[in-house]
Amino acid sequence: MVALAAREPYFFLTGDLGFMALEPLEKALGPRFINAGVSEQNMVSVAAGMARTGAKSWVYSIAPFCYARPFEQIRNDVCINHLPVRLVGNGGGYAYGPMGATHHALEDYGILLTLPGMRTYVPAFDADLEPMVRSLSERAEPAYLRLGRSELTDEARLPTYAAWRELQTGKGAVIVAVGPIAGALWLATRDLIAAERPSIWVVTELGGAAPESPPPALLEALEFAPVLGVVEEHVAHGGFGQHFLHALALLGRSVPALLHAHARGYPSGRYGSQTWHRHECGLDVPTILAGLAECAKTPRVKA
Amino acid sequence: MAPESLSHMEMHDLARHARRRLLRMHFERRVGHLGGNLSALDAMLTVHHRVMGPADKFILSKGHSAGALYITMWSLGLLADEELASFHADGTLLAGHPVPGWSEHIPVATGSLGHGFPVALGMALARHLNGDPGHTYCLTSDGEWQEGAMWEALIFWSHRKLRNLTVFVDLNGLQGFGSTRDVASMEDLGNRMASFGLPVVSVDGHDHGAIAAAAKANPGSLVILQTVKGRGVSFMENRMEWHYLPLTAEQYATALGELE
Repeated sequence: MVALAAREPYFFLTGDLGFMALEPLEKALGPRFINAGVSEQNMVSVAAGMARTGAKSWVYSIAPFCYARPFEQIRNDVCINHLPVRLVGNGGGYAYGPMGATHHALEDYGILLTLPGMRTYVPAFDADLEPMVRSLSERAEPAYLRLGRSELTDEARLPTYAAWRELQTGKGAVIVAVGPIAGALWLATRDLIAAERPSIWVVTELGGAAPESPPPALLEALEFAPVLGVVEEHVAHGGFGQHFLHALALLGRSVPALLHAHARGYPSGRYGSQTWHRHECGLDVPTILAGLAECAKTPRVKA
Repeated sequence: MAPESLSHMEMHDLARHARRRLLRMHFERRVGHLGGNLSALDAMLTVHHRVMGPADKFILSKGHSAGALYITMWSLGLLADEELASFHADGTLLAGHPVPGWSEHIPVATGSLGHGFPVALGMALARHLNGDPGHTYCLTSDGEWQEGAMWEALIFWSHRKLRNLTVFVDLNGLQGFGSTRDVASMEDLGNRMASFGLPVVSVDGHDHGAIAAAAKANPGSLVILQTVKGRGVSFMENRMEWHYLPLTAEQYATALGELE
């Protein structure tokens, strides 16, 4: 974002967040860096008004304060008017961990992808941010960037950025994961022998003008895979899994046995770290891999 | 927008014709919402004909007065009679609340209250920081100020001290299901707003000269328009039901008679 500021003018509005993070951007943008205060509804509408003049505007907050509090402003002022406001929500899924339920974003892209023109970006790796920021800056329609932390310690082997990427091939299950959790799955399985190693696909862009359209190589892999794992730190309703299976059904594809690992809210009513919440929902890597092995025993079904 | 200002008498005649045309459009399409349209019409006509310049923008935050906006556009030659006939019809662009994408004179869709003002604020701020010319005018209702987002925007505007924005308040005292006094008191609204640190002026919202003078003399201000809901039609004035009701043929004839 700092590099982008050097290339082109844009407005960046924060809802009074960014201490020890956004200072370099504040310095780079000068008066175009706007702390809009604790008023997310106004912030989004102001950003829409800025975009209406032809200016580029970005809005930043902790994820739920970015998409949930100002939802009507996103719907009416941004999306109905087809204005290219870029919403940046920090802390996708359970990322804010013990900060509590109000700070989690478990239904963000499911809600936002119902809106006209909206496209969601879920970077999986640090290296994704540069091409994503470039794409977001050039985008003429609304967008939501869901930030999390890369879970891959070594990004040197990453394939060239694309909305759908195959991270590794294998003869085991096919895993399609949204965002950073793909890195953890890759790390845990990359040293397995080919017969046991799952294929792993990471999806980092959802909806918009190019909705879920699985690449041919993925469709081909699904023809032979014993099991499909769809993994996302988002509730099932409106989540990627539903969109993906809908796309497969429209394509007339059969699907293997299915494991959909997704956020399940707060089953125990207790709170903890992101890792703790993932485990409670069966979203941790060992539980996912065990679930895939179990599912592989069941026959294929028609989508 | 209007290249030159109209005289007092010309504005008076224009407003009378516009009222008649507004009533006709609503009557022919059996559409209500007349009370707030009639309270806002004089301000909209004045701002567009006597205040705004080519680079200026107007946002109707009280989107339920879309009829008055369409009639104002008609008075500027931007809409034809045939287009007004499509008001509320299937396939129309002239919806009951302004929809986007077809006229530069409707910068954004409005209708849900509490949106137009902060959007106008964003337009004004971007223009200010970019050094672009042009003023942004915004018309709000009074009941709309019960929305929290309006006060968020007021805090933000006051902090930024933007002078390229003027916000009008159509203070007709009646809202959807009662008077503003009875529902959620808006008493002393001007002083409440002024306490946020912004200049506030109050004028007769049906006096074209006063509206124009206030707008021109007070950039960066809130202008409270003291208005009458249903203004110009005796049986509608200060009657809450005309927030909703369409005209019968008899009522339409009576109303036109009062506007001869």
